[in-house]
Amino acid sequence: MPVVDGVELPETPLLDELEKGPWPSFVKEIKKTAIEQEKAMKAGKKIKLPGAAKGLLKVLELAYKDKRTHWKHGGIVSVIGYGGGVIGRYCDLEDQIPEVWHFHTIRINMPAGWFYTTKALRTICDVWEKWGSGLTNFHGSTGDIILLGTRTEYLQPCANALAYADQLYGGVPFDIGGSGSDLRTPSACMGPALCEFACYDTLKACYEFTMRYQNELHRPMWPYKFKIKCSGCPNDCVAAKARSDFAIIGTWKDEIQIDQEAVREYAKVIDIEEHVVKKCPTKAISWDGKELKINNRECIRCMHCINVLPKALKPGKERGATILIGGKAPFVDGAIIGWVAVPFIPENELIEKCCEMLEAIWEWWDEEGKFRERVGELIWRKGMDEFLKVINQKADVRMVYAPRNNPFIFWRELNE
Amino acid sequence: MVAQEVEKEPEETLQPKTDFGPPHYEIMLHPVVKKNYGKWAYHEAVRPGVIKRVAESGDVIYTVRFGTPRLLSIYTVREICEIADKYCDGYLRFTSRHNVEFILTDPDKIEPLIKEVQEKLGFPCGGTRDTTNAKYCLSNIIHTQGWVHCHTPATDASGIVKSVMDELYDYFTDYKLPAQCRISLACCANMCGAVHASDISIVGVHRKVPKIDDDAVRRTCEIPSTVAACPTGALKPDMKRKTVVLDKDKCMYCGNCYTMCPGMPIFDPDNDGVAILVAGKVSDARYPPQLSKVVVPWIGNNPPRWPEVVQTIKKILETWATHAEKYERIAEWVHRIGWERFFELTGLEFTEKLIDDYKRTPYIYASYRTSAAFRW
Ligand code: HEM
Ligand code: HEM
Ligand code: HEM
Ligand code: HEM
Ligand code: SF4
Ligand code: SF4
Ligand code: SF4
Ligand code: SF4
Repeated sequence: MPVVDGVELPETPLLDELEKGPWPSFVKEIKKTAIEQEKAMKAGKKIKLPGAAKGLLKVLELAYKDKRTHWKHGGIVSVIGYGGGVIGRYCDLEDQIPEVWHFHTIRINMPAGWFYTTKALRTICDVWEKWGSGLTNFHGSTGDIILLGTRTEYLQPCANALAYADQLYGGVPFDIGGSGSDLRTPSACMGPALCEFACYDTLKACYEFTMRYQNELHRPMWPYKFKIKCSGCPNDCVAAKARSDFAIIGTWKDEIQIDQEAVREYAKVIDIEEHVVKKCPTKAISWDGKELKINNRECIRCMHCINVLPKALKPGKERGATILIGGKAPFVDGAIIGWVAVPFIPENELIEKCCEMLEAIWEWWDEEGKFRERVGELIWRKGMDEFLKVINQKADVRMVYAPRNNPFIFWRELNE
Repeated sequence: MVAQEVEKEPEETLQPKTDFGPPHYEIMLHPVVKKNYGKWAYHEAVRPGVIKRVAESGDVIYTVRFGTPRLLSIYTVREICEIADKYCDGYLRFTSRHNVEFILTDPDKIEPLIKEVQEKLGFPCGGTRDTTNAKYCLSNIIHTQGWVHCHTPATDASGIVKSVMDELYDYFTDYKLPAQCRISLACCANMCGAVHASDISIVGVHRKVPKIDDDAVRRTCEIPSTVAACPTGALKPDMKRKTVVLDKDKCMYCGNCYTMCPGMPIFDPDNDGVAILVAGKVSDARYPPQLSKVVVPWIGNNPPRWPEVVQTIKKILETWATHAEKYERIAEWVHRIGWERFFELTGLEFTEKLIDDYKRTPYIYASYRTSAAFRW
């Protein structure tokens, strides 16, 4: 057995291959945890799950050898008052590797935009050093902080430690995120905190939804999961269009703001014709060497020109957001990018309008949705006409690329 | 293994507290960020990994981005905190792609910070873009749990990501690409990572139906919930034999039944592997969002370093980077040159497996506008 800093590590010849090379190594992270946690325990710190990281090394080495996973699912585990946020995980080698027989995940609701103080991050570290494996993901794919691996009996104390972190650890309290058939933890791009393109306050919107829908987030009660993501502009840095049932994409309605002096400055270093004019998808831009003109009736607000000339161009002043509905990954009806449900909501009405719509959608879906049917799939089954009634919207040509190419219309109102 | 505690910890006796939500983002913002919230004027690429952001007030912030392995030890997170205390007044952020960003006000601290992070943590600085000049770094690979923590993976996640990023390291640390390229990985077709709209995606695929162990099903499974878990209706209860029967023609190897019932494992070491998809995108810039398309139906698992997968990804990336025009993402490049050229240039083989026969995505979907780009 290799010994590092007085700590014995299991033999892991296959995993050791993944310590080589320049990219940061997850294997090193697991080994480091194994070593440091044992050292901390020897130094007298309270640690409930010594050896968890070592156990993970053993399981993972076997997975690499056997070319298969050694985890299994097994019953619902959770904390008092919540139905979601904890993912039950058991090892199928409980006799061989009892250290990780239970290895449940806790999802922690991250702050909007993934901004942290070191005080807040240290809270997570202190709690997870004591009550868990010491292994984390920054972040899980939905956006939560993932605490990777603890035993059933430590779930509640760990949740309490996080909830009372101010009193117990002098830290920042954290709540648990979503999992199962509930509202998943909403996420947002950094928006107005750091990005000049933001057409609405993504962090505020994300925080508002999260707080208003705590019940929906913590208590799975729907046909399936539901995701909300907030991107400040059509660049969509949180991939809301593809990854959320309800995507809020910042945009504007009026003219792109132009600072001609700044354009001329850019023209000294780049070819405006090549980098901007030719790349506009609707050929809305012209440049005569002195002045950049945009035909805003033709502009589709794709962001390209603004991305290239951030100092010179800005989204217009009449700002708000487009709502896309139905984005999701494959099962059951295939991968979907969301499609336009509301072409434009002005910024000052955005949060309230979204809440009205969300509540109406959830009620409808709860009533009509089948088990494991995402909202997008329900809309396909029921038709856009019914969905538009639910969200109280009129049809708009911006909801489609093209009208239908068949006259097989269901004239339901004439055939009641 | 359960440690016998005589004395209870305070955490064990406290009344559970619920529904108080995440910490407010405002307390997490650097004072300069808070002061200029919503009032940023423009940004500029300083060097790979470093972006200068200038506010209307004239205040300046530098964000310095580093790639991480996503799976982080709390002891590494504490080291990150020490560095952020030293250089950034204790403020930092993570990005949607598993990168960490330090927030600086003093440009003279950029180089020392990069050096210290490299030395202490081994994290590379990079992953950003200079859009004005059409120079792009590759960003980090967004990925899922794999053999580290999930029960349905057809491949590992972290191991492939590590192997691919080792090979493409210089693309992360330097501007070597003509346009943005997002790589993502999901270790099974559930696609927790939602990788279906990425420039390049790596997706774990099972190829064989679950192996039903009737005995284990009888012992460990609740039959109705197992049958109900199947999204395609491939499972039927066999009440007489107290087990389930499977219709091979309907099964799409998703492993949902294994979630409910350990008696029907989906994994199969010889037949599991990954598919490779390309030409997805999410942003509206220039060209509307696109779903990724399968260009390699299957490559077997070859741990610990998956050389075949690594070389295929590298080949696709480099072929595109060599042939694409400025700003042309893979989707746009293929749209210009055609799929016939794509297969010719990359040397990938087009087979009947790449012709769609999954009939469940309704045809109506093609007419829906999957983009926020339109005229007023
Ligand atoms: C039938 C379908 C699905 C099943 C059975 C499933 C199952 C799971 C399981 C068991 C995990 C936990 C992995 C772990 O930490 O051990 C997980 C994680 C996750 N799932 Fe799914 N999943 C499904 C579909 C999806 C889809 C369609 C999405 C996204 C659109 C998704 C998003 C996520 C995310 C974001 C995580 C966190 C994992 C990470 O951050 O790496 N899941 N899923
Ligand atoms: C920025 C400019 C362009 C944009 C945004 C654009 C966008 C599109 C889109 C979205 C489609 C639908 C098919 C798909 O899913 O990819 C399409 C199809 C097509 N485009 Fe373009 N296009 C552009 C320029 C061009 C140019 C310059 C040509 C010809 C030289 C061209 C030729 C075609 C053809 C032939 C199709 C039909 C392909 C088919 O039927 O499968 N496009 N274009
Ligand atoms: C220079 C700009 C463009 C050119 C030359 C172009 C060219 C084309 C061509 C040739 C087609 C095939 C039409 C057909 O089969 O009859 C097409 C289809 C299409 N284009 Fe464009 N396009 C351009 C811009 C755009 C833009 C900016 C968008 C959306 C943002 C767009 C969206 C589409 C779509 C969705 C289709 C498929 C329409 C359908 O047949 O259902 N195109 N385009
Ligand atoms: C001021 C800050 C930022 C600016 C100006 C910016 C700009 C952009 C632009 C121009 C695009 C579209 C690229 C294209 O299709 O040509 C884009 C896409 C994207 N950005 Fe950002 N970005 C910013 C911050 C971030 C951050 C911090 C992240 C997280 C790491 C991020 C993640 C992404 C992702 C994942 C996409 C890809 C969406 C897709 O697949 O099309 N962005 N961003
Ligand atoms: S989505 Fe737009 S507003 Fe948000 S960070 Fe990206 S570029 Fe900025
Ligand atoms: S935002 Fe896009 S469509 Fe509008 S002018 Fe700029 S490049 Fe053209
Ligand atoms: S993609 Fe599949 S295997 Fe990977 S974490 Fe998600 S459910 Fe598990
Ligand atoms: S693997 Fe999926 S499709 Fe196949 S039987 Fe199981 S649940 Fe059904």
